[in-house]
Formats: sequence, structure tokens, C-alpha cells
Amino acid sequence: MAVSQNKLVQWIDHRLPVFTFLDHELNQYPTPKNLNYWWNFGSLAGVMLTIMIVTGVFLAMQYTPSVDDAFQSVERIMREVNYGWLMRYLHMNGASFFFIVTYIHIFRGLYYGSYKAPRELLWMLGVVILLLMMMTAFMGYVLPWGQMSFWGATVITNLFSAFPGIGNDIVTWLWGGFAVGNPTLNRFYALHYLLPFVIFAVVGLHLMALHQHGSNNPLGIDRKGPQDSVPFHPYYTYKDMFGLSAFLIVFAIVVFYFPNLLGNPENYIPANPMQTPPEIVPEWYLLPYYAILRAIPNKLLGVCAMFASIFVLFIVPWLDTSKVRSAYFRPIYKWVFWLLVIDAFALGAVGAHRPEGIWIVIGRVGTIYYFLHFLVLMPLIGWFERPLPLPPSIAEAVLKKRGGGALAGAAATRTKP
Amino acid sequence: MAESAHSQTADAHAAGGTRRDFLVITGNALLGIGAVAAAWPLISSMNPARDVLAAGAPIDVDLSSLQPGQQILVLWRSRPIFIVHRTPAELKKLQDPQDISLLRDPDSNVLQQPPYVKNWHRSIKPEYLVLVGICTHLGCIPEFMPQPGGSLGPAWLGGYFCPCHGSRYDLSGRVFSGVPAPYNLPVPPHHFVSGTTVRIGENPTTSPFDFDSIEQI
Ligand code: HEM
Ligand code: FES
Repeated sequence: MAVSQNKLVQWIDHRLPVFTFLDHELNQYPTPKNLNYWWNFGSLAGVMLTIMIVTGVFLAMQYTPSVDDAFQSVERIMREVNYGWLMRYLHMNGASFFFIVTYIHIFRGLYYGSYKAPRELLWMLGVVILLLMMMTAFMGYVLPWGQMSFWGATVITNLFSAFPGIGNDIVTWLWGGFAVGNPTLNRFYALHYLLPFVIFAVVGLHLMALHQHGSNNPLGIDRKGPQDSVPFHPYYTYKDMFGLSAFLIVFAIVVFYFPNLLGNPENYIPANPMQTPPEIVPEWYLLPYYAILRAIPNKLLGVCAMFASIFVLFIVPWLDTSKVRSAYFRPIYKWVFWLLVIDAFALGAVGAHRPEGIWIVIGRVGTIYYFLHFLVLMPLIGWFERPLPLPPSIAEAVLKKRGGGALAGAAATRTKP
Repeated sequence: MAESAHSQTADAHAAGGTRRDFLVITGNALLGIGAVAAAWPLISSMNPARDVLAAGAPIDVDLSSLQPGQQILVLWRSRPIFIVHRTPAELKKLQDPQDISLLRDPDSNVLQQPPYVKNWHRSIKPEYLVLVGICTHLGCIPEFMPQPGGSLGPAWLGGYFCPCHGSRYDLSGRVFSGVPAPYNLPVPPHHFVSGTTVRIGENPTTSPFDFDSIEQI
């Protein structure tokens, strides 16, 4: 069947089947009919990536990557370039909002068991994206060459010196000198420009893996037939657009009214390699990892724990032994999940404070609990927990909840008007 | 057809491999070597360039106006260098057995200094201490806090405090136990060209030492 009556479209599609592809993946694409708003955050992350690339390219037209000029060039963007302030504030806060939606997206996956078979690779590609995002954001934060840029770069690159034997050589290699300096800034700029496009490519693979088996859903049971799904368009295109509008309102409020809310004032002081600021804190989205790093009073072990805290996510599909995906039917895991959320916030708070007094204790307990959750609780709970009975199908569960029949209309339109 | 080709190879495998196996294995091996050879210049280009290396020339610092108890900070190889003029009282404390028992490496056994300063004061002349001012934890610049007590509490003996993650060092740059920094602060190559002029970045003529062999800057 032709995708369109338009002769030109048909001519192109016969030679380059983009229209068939889009029709298949965005229009007809059968999607569980019971997705809730937590399923909006994937498309929101895609929108954020696009905003970052667009604003980034225009910032790059004005930015100068040199230790003598970088700070001034960013101030020039803020004061002299038409709408430069807008592009910078969108980019700066965009990074934060990109992480907010991505973290929600990840916790959504943890709650509804979206990492379980057959979606293991989909999940692992997501963890790859998270790692690439953290690298990109870290290097972007170095570019304005403020005090936090410089000292953040120093502390983070020095993490690699913990590796026995070759550590120092790695760090010198990363710097291209004997300290963070001009060669470092230049290579970070080159990589900061490159990595978002790598992310874009991995997102493509992520979506390919997603469309192979389709979305998971709040019940965590497979679609059994056409009565369980609706076509992606118009049902989810509109639902996503509604969510996007709400999200953009919040984003705009921060960009226009509180643009420096999530930033650190120290970064408006030009980098000074002779003076460490009284406190070095990373951007908020890296605080929990920073807390784990500092929780262990041994350099190598601290660094290992920090990397492990992310790498453990890769093996989550095999750590969770429960056959039931959705926490909705898992009376114990459900609570443990919320403890992990609290733990993540607690570690974030620890990362923002000097490691003194009570913060040391919270940091250590939080770190232990983090690993306990993944390495002990996840496998164990899957063994002894008795899940609630699963509904026979998505359609039946949905109809029962809505008092039957209410959704009959929607079900009938699943073959698209 | 594919099937028979397959079983043929399988038979050949049992017999010890075919010409095709040989070509595939050597071909892949060469491809691997080629990939490494191609990656090498790319990776190597990220190391310090020749002009960066050349900028590491030694510097002379005049210490005649440095009063006892004071520290100055100079730059060598784009690294901060601390030079301290220690008082007799401070030097005496470095030998206090009770204080020494709190240190991780009191005898400077880890290679964090040239052999000619591997002594109790970690310097050539006891009063003049020369250190690379980079915390061995993650590279912040430790603060010079020579007075005991103060904002760091009554247990503070005087020395260096790193604001980043709270590492502590004594007044010879030796690290205390129980802090994140693993090693003593490094001592750069240096020697005195006159009574009060120190040359940083050069060893005394009699004792060669390779700065790059230091465990950790
Ligand atoms: C994954 C997407 C991206 C993330 C998470 C990200 C993150 C960041 C962050 C956190 C900053 C520092 C903001 C500040 O404090 O000023 C920054 C700066 C910068 N980024 Fe990006 N970025 C992304 C994509 C891009 C792209 C694609 C480009 C160019 C094509 C780009 C070009 C720049 C430039 C020129 C700066 C320096 C100007 C400034 O500081 O505002 N970015 N980026
Ligand atoms: S960098 Fe000095 S304590 Fe971490």
C-alpha cells in the first residue's frame, strides 16, 4: 500500500523508502494502549538533545577555545551577541533539564522492569548514553573557563591517576601538558562538539532496539494482540506533545526567570590555576557519584566505587531475578525501589556538602545501601517475593479499571480513522 | 551448496586447517596490526607537544627576603611550587615521635622525592622546604596552615590542609593517615646555586634524578 497519494512522495519512496519507514515506525507503530505519563520522558530527552545541538552549534560560532579568551568570549556572548544570553542560558539550563528527564526516564525503567528480557540491550544502550552525556556535560562545563571549570577539570582528570603504574601517564596524556591548560581546553572543545553526535547515533540504536519489541508498559505484561495496542499516531504523538508543552513551560520559567538557579556562582570568576576555591562541587547531576567517590577514604577504592556505581547499571537485567517486570505487582520490590530513590537524593545532598561530621556518615551509609540495592536486594527479592497475580491481558486490565466498555470506542479506532 | 561448503571446511578443520583458514587468520591479524598502527599517531598526538616539554626549563628563586614562618608560591612547568622558610620550633615538631606516629609514610619511603631529600626534613637545607603544591589525592592546591589548632580543631598540628576533600599534611609535606590522599607531597628536583638562591627543576650535579619517576605528582 502506498504511503501517500502524492506522486512525488511515491516517486521518492520507491527509490528511497524514508516515507515507508516513517509511516511504519511513527504512524502505524503499535504501542501498548495503557502507557502513562512516565513514558513521556524518552521523547523529552530526544527534544533536549536536539535543543542542545542547535543552541550548541550557534554558541560555537561565537566561542573561542583558548585559556586567554574563553572566559571573555562567553561574557561577550552574554552581553554583545544578539540573543547570545538566550542561547547560552538555554544551553546551560538545557544540560540540567536533559539530565532531569534522563534520570526520570531511567527510574521509570527501574520501576516497571523495562530492562528485562527482551529489552536488555535497549537498557544497556541507555546506560551508554548516560555515560556519554556525563562526559559531554563535564567537558562542556570546562569551556567557559571559570574557577569551577578549571578545578572541576583538575579533580576529575586526576581520578585517573589512581590507576596503579600508568595513572600519571594517563593524566598527562589527557591534559596534553603538566596541568590542565590550553591543550586540555582545546581537546575538550573538540570532543564536546563531537560527542553529542555520537549520542545521536546511539539514540538511533536505542530506538532500533525499542522498536524491535515495542514499549514495555505499566503492567509489564506483553501485548497479546491488536486489542492491546493503539497506533503511535495520533495517540502517543499527541500525548507526547501535551507532555512536551507542560515540560517546556517549566523549562522556560527557569531559563527566563532563574537562569543561574542550578549553576555555581564561582564559575563567574575567571579560572585561576594558583588558587583552589574553598569548595569544589560538580554540577548537581554528578553529585551522587561525587559523594560515592568521597565516601571511601582510599583513593583507588573511591575511584573504583564511583565507576562501579554506573557500571552496575549495565548488569541490572541479570541482577534482577524476578520474572515479573512491573513493580506494580511486586509488593516488596516496590518499596525497595523508593528507598533507592531516597538514597539517590541523599547521596546528592552529601555530594553538595563538605565531607564533615554527619555528612560522612550519611555518605557511607548511602554508598553501602546503593550497592546493597543492586548487588544483594535485587537478586534476593526476586527469589523470595511472591508477586501479585498478573492480569490476563492489557486490554482486560484496562477495561476492568475503567468499568468496562468505556474504552470500547478507543479500541475500535485502533485501526486508525 | 552453502551447506556442503560448510561441512567441507569443517572436515578441513579437523584435518588441521585449509588455505582459506590461513588467509583469514593472517588477514585478520594484519588488519589488527594495521588498526593499532593507525591509532598510534592519533593517541600519541594527545601527549604533551615538544614546545610544552621545552617550557619545563629550570627557574631561579631568591629566598633572601623570605622570613621564617613564611611561604611563597612560584610556578614551574605550570605547577605551583611551595617554598617555605621553617622556624626552629617547626623543625623540632617534625621529629616529635608522637606526631610521626600519625603519618602514613613518615620516612618518605614512597618515591615522592629525589633521594637527596629523603631525610627527616625532606629538604636540602632543613629550614628551606620546596614542594610541588599539588594534593596527591585529586590535584587541588593545599592551604598553608602552619599554626596548630585554629579552625581545624585542637588536634591540628600545623601543616597543609587540602580544602577539596580534607587531606592533611605536616610541615614537610608528609601525609597523615586516614585522609584520602595516598602519598606525601612531591619534592621537585632543586639545588642551591648560592646561599639563598634555589634553582627549581635541576638536580645537584652529583645526584641525577628523573622527576618523571616520582610515584605521583
Ligand atoms: C549532549 C548534549 C550537550 C550537553 C549535555 C552540553 C553541555 C554543556 C554544558 C554543561 C556547558 C557549560 C555551560 C555553561 O556553564 O556556560 C556547555 C557549554 C558549551 N557547549 Fe555544550 N552541551 C551539549 C551539546 C553541545 C553541542 C552539540 C555543541 C556544539 C556543536 C556545544 C557547544 C558548546 C559551547 C560552544 C559551549 C561554551 C559556551 C558556554 O559555556 O555557554 N554543546 N555545554
Ligand atoms: S584533592 Fe586534596 S583532598 Fe582531594
